[in-house]
Amino acid sequence: MKFLTTNFVKCSVKSCDSTTDSFPLGYDNCKLVQTEQEFKPDFILSILERLDWNALIQVAKDLGNESLPPVKPEGELLQNEDLLKDLHTLLIETTIIEGEMICNNCKHVYYIKNSIPNFLLPPHLA
Amino acid sequence: MDESLDAVSKEQVYVHTVYNEIASHFSQTRYKPWPIVENFLKTRKKYSIGIDVGCGNGKYLGVNPDLFIIGSDRSDGLINCAKGFGHEVMVSDGLSLPHPKDTFDFAISIAVIHHFSTPERRTQAINHILSKLKPGGEALIYVWALEQENSRRGYKEGMPQDVLVPWVLQKKQPKKDKSKKNKKQNRDQQKDQEETVDKPEEEKKEKKEEEDSTKYRYYHLYQKGELEKNAETAGGIVVDNGYERDNWYAVIRKPT
Repeated sequence: MKFLTTNFVKCSVKSCDSTTDSFPLGYDNCKLVQTEQEFKPDFILSILERLDWNALIQVAKDLGNESLPPVKPEGELLQNEDLLKDLHTLLIETTIIEGEMICNNCKHVYYIKNSIPNFLLPPHLA
Repeated sequence: MDESLDAVSKEQVYVHTVYNEIASHFSQTRYKPWPIVENFLKTRKKYSIGIDVGCGNGKYLGVNPDLFIIGSDRSDGLINCAKGFGHEVMVSDGLSLPHPKDTFDFAISIAVIHHFSTPERRTQAINHILSKLKPGGEALIYVWALEQENSRRGYKEGMPQDVLVPWVLQKKQPKKDKSKKNKKQNRDQQKDQEETVDKPEEEKKEKKEEEDSTKYRYYHLYQKGELEKNAETAGGIVVDNGYERDNWYAVIRKPT
């Protein structure tokens, strides 16, 4: 699962829909790998508009990266290609191959195995 | 079909279990994108973000490289196939998608909704997909049609709409170790199946399994107009619809 995807997944338990604690998930015991991918600066600029920056910071912190700027870069900052390259490396090239995702509301744990997260719920939560 | 089963159990027995059993073979037969789906994906705004609900082996996830699409499927067997092609995928249920609401520009769900076994669940599935879209976002939904008189199966108006459709697992495929004890191991071995040599002591077992190799999947065959009705009950606006290759399709917009 790409790092980018952490910004688009939450707890799948229905009763967690109404809380803000079910997004982003908490990440624990994760194994990360970097795989080189084509750098598309205009894609990064476009996806940046769609990101929940606080969620991004929180997940990055879970995964041991505290280097993100505290507010979403905008304006002239976006002309800095190094910044866009860094974001490309983080969002697109970084994948979680193994790990646990925990809902901060209901505490349910989801697993990532072989880069595939599994959001199926046990019968009592479905 | 065992009619004593409730909707969820029926789908477990006649949909989820079967797709996992036939995943590898099924995936080999699913590589050609349907033209209308391809066109829908190619006409999305550059760098749009979307979801493919019930993506199977992910054959639509790479059609337009300028989109970011997250694929999901209930079958981990099919998701393993999709991952093998390098797609961004996850295992999840179409009625409990793990995405924030009001987020995506578009969604596709191709040949999926017809596997839900009650009208309420089919409508709920469409409603759930729409809930993940931004207002104004569009979902392309495909379902199998009852009206397909010229197809091999020959379903047509007047026939029952809730049917079990056989999937015959090909027998002449290169043999593989059919041990079900370790599913993961089994899948890994399937990757190498072409190099695997059939062993004589396994022949008897193979024969036994040939007899068992027809699997039945549950389908609700949609009548003309039924998909559009479901879509409207789900709170969507049908902006395009039609018939293609034995399927009804609709582009459903989430109201702004």
